[in-house]
Amino acid sequence: MDFLRRIIALMFKEFIMILKDPKSRFVIIGPPLIQFFVFGYAATYDLKNVRYAVFDESRTPESRQLLSRLEGSENFELTKTLLADKEIDFVINREKARLVIHIGPDFSRNLHMGRSATVQVIVDGRNSNVALIALGYIGNIVEQYNRELVKNGVVSMNGPGVELVDRAWFNANLQSRWFIVSALGGIISMVVVMILTSLSVAREREFGTFDQLLVAPFNPAEILVGKSLPGMVFGLMDALLFAAGAVYWFGVPFRGTIGALVLALGCFILTIVGVGLLVSSVSMTMQQALLGSFVFMMPSVILSGFATPIENMPHWLQIGTLLNPLRHVIVALRDIFLEGADASMIWHQLWPLLLMAGFTLPLAGWMFRHRSQ
Amino acid sequence: MTPRHLFFMRLRGILRKEVLQILRDPSSIALAIVLPLVLLFIFGYGLSLDAENVPIAIVLKDNGSTARDLAARFDQSSYFKTIHLTSMAQATDLLNQRRVDGIVHLQSDFSSSLFTRNQSPVQVIVNGIDANRARLIQGYTRGVLQKWIELRQARGEPVVSPSVKVSQRIWFNEAAISRNFLVPGLITLIMTLIGILLTALVVAREWERGTMEAILVTPIRRVDLLLGKMLPYFILGMLGMGLSVAVGTTLFHVPFRGSIVALFILSALFMLASLGFGLLISAAIRVQFVAAQISIIAGFLPAFFLSGLVFDLDSTPRFIQILSHVVPARYFVSISHTLFMAGDVWPVLLPNALALAVMAVLFTSLAFRKITKRLEG
Repeated sequence: MDFLRRIIALMFKEFIMILKDPKSRFVIIGPPLIQFFVFGYAATYDLKNVRYAVFDESRTPESRQLLSRLEGSENFELTKTLLADKEIDFVINREKARLVIHIGPDFSRNLHMGRSATVQVIVDGRNSNVALIALGYIGNIVEQYNRELVKNGVVSMNGPGVELVDRAWFNANLQSRWFIVSALGGIISMVVVMILTSLSVAREREFGTFDQLLVAPFNPAEILVGKSLPGMVFGLMDALLFAAGAVYWFGVPFRGTIGALVLALGCFILTIVGVGLLVSSVSMTMQQALLGSFVFMMPSVILSGFATPIENMPHWLQIGTLLNPLRHVIVALRDIFLEGADASMIWHQLWPLLLMAGFTLPLAGWMFRHRSQ
Repeated sequence: MTPRHLFFMRLRGILRKEVLQILRDPSSIALAIVLPLVLLFIFGYGLSLDAENVPIAIVLKDNGSTARDLAARFDQSSYFKTIHLTSMAQATDLLNQRRVDGIVHLQSDFSSSLFTRNQSPVQVIVNGIDANRARLIQGYTRGVLQKWIELRQARGEPVVSPSVKVSQRIWFNEAAISRNFLVPGLITLIMTLIGILLTALVVAREWERGTMEAILVTPIRRVDLLLGKMLPYFILGMLGMGLSVAVGTTLFHVPFRGSIVALFILSALFMLASLGFGLLISAAIRVQFVAAQISIIAGFLPAFFLSGLVFDLDSTPRFIQILSHVVPARYFVSISHTLFMAGDVWPVLLPNALALAVMAVLFTSLAFRKITKRLEG
């Protein structure tokens, strides 16, 4: 009973520390939500309104037909019609257009004579990903146009041809927003929890109140529980809000179970609380704690598979990412949201998280006592 | 003693204090030197949007030489790691378990319908969960098919080639290596970290620890305080930048086609804008805990999401595009992409530089106004 009373007292103190200051009350709830919505819109690999310019030397019905297909697509936006070769340089260099479609003067003649006609596409490679995706879109458009040419009898099938039939499972329209938004909540709640917990002990150290806490009738385990609870509560609250936002605002499908979601987020936030408290316990000042959490957070975001796939990394680094809590929760979140996983199916992601929490939390508790001046 | 003389004396005093403070807490030096190195290694070695050795299943139900010839093209491609199967059920199982990312299906009548009906489908199924990767895989399969058609033409075998062909040229980054655009972006992120995160704490710290009162009673003026807080971190930030550029170009062979002078001037502008922003937060908030949160929320995260560093800004909704204009990192990402890959294209660099200059002046003067020499804020 005594134990519980002491923990509750400590918890009260921690919550009051965060909630008494209106500024710090605000930063825990308001900005994370705003960020979730803003970044949910900003983080996408789907191209829209790619600015392009056209240099049509052919100026025939055939070339115009091909170009009108591009104009009709919402992926592209025509910004300029070029009249000379040297203008291509100008628009690409100055970022007036991301790509230039160049149709040579003999385009339609070649088509009618049964020779193959070439469309030259010049792309700005400064963002190589945009370049490749845009080229993919154009490839699709040209392919459809080719099929139409045969169907309308403009050109005849002069030999056997192969036709590529593409299908994407689980996400037929290849929307990248689902993939990104389902994981975004994990990242933002990690930032909130990490900052909250990593500064908690460091702040007391900097103010000198931590020594008072140590001489008070608390044992390190109780301090540990008291320090981790606010992070747990606020982190879980934020993360669940993000999950609701993903489903109800961004229309991400939720195919799994709520139990699995709460379980995955709970385990993840427990792990992050552990890392945060560990960083906090070795820091003497708030600056050290803040920088320490960045040293942890930056690589974990980069190596989480959030923005670039883990499969693209070299093998040794892929193994290294197994130590990254964010990687596990992102896999779990995507499984739950998009593939309908329940609690038993995400177990592979949960036990590494629990293992990490089981290591960092006791270590942090031990450090409380052993790292004092 | 002339006023100028006094100014330099005061400045030297406050600079000495700040430099000592940095040196005695090595965590800020670690942030400027160690973190960039760690991140560069991760970015350079680990981070890539270019897929290689994508595991795919090939379901070959046609044993004719034509179908096997096509399947062999997939085997030889460095983009794919192929597994040969005989039934679709096996392949879909593997796709569901995510052991493969795609299936290429050649039906049993592939060769026969190719020669009798003149048309034969190659069915490609990809796992669409990661849409970006799925699109790249579709692009690679299209490329393999295209190569196969060209090969058959070269060998004089009957095959139709599409009437309209796309010939593509990717400027500035011929092989479309994603590292070439990720590393210059990373430099922006590193400078943001040093500029905003470190400085967000420096004034708030003085208030919270009560040392601001000690400074208030010295003859130090607001200008001296501001300069004293900015200069050391400016140098740290430029060091971090120089280090990143050196490692990026030598170790990871990222091209650098602009001039060093342009890089230096433009990154100095970006550094000033970031420092001004960080100091403004610090002076306005006065509480380290909150200043730290704000610097991440308003400084670091937008530099990642709203700068065009990874995600393309043109494709975002209008209000995001408008919002991104208040993020200094947005301008510097554009500058560094252009400097590294395209060269000194001043029509692109100048407007961005101008925006950064405006922000630098605005944030610094706001910070200057907020650093009051009064106790009540």
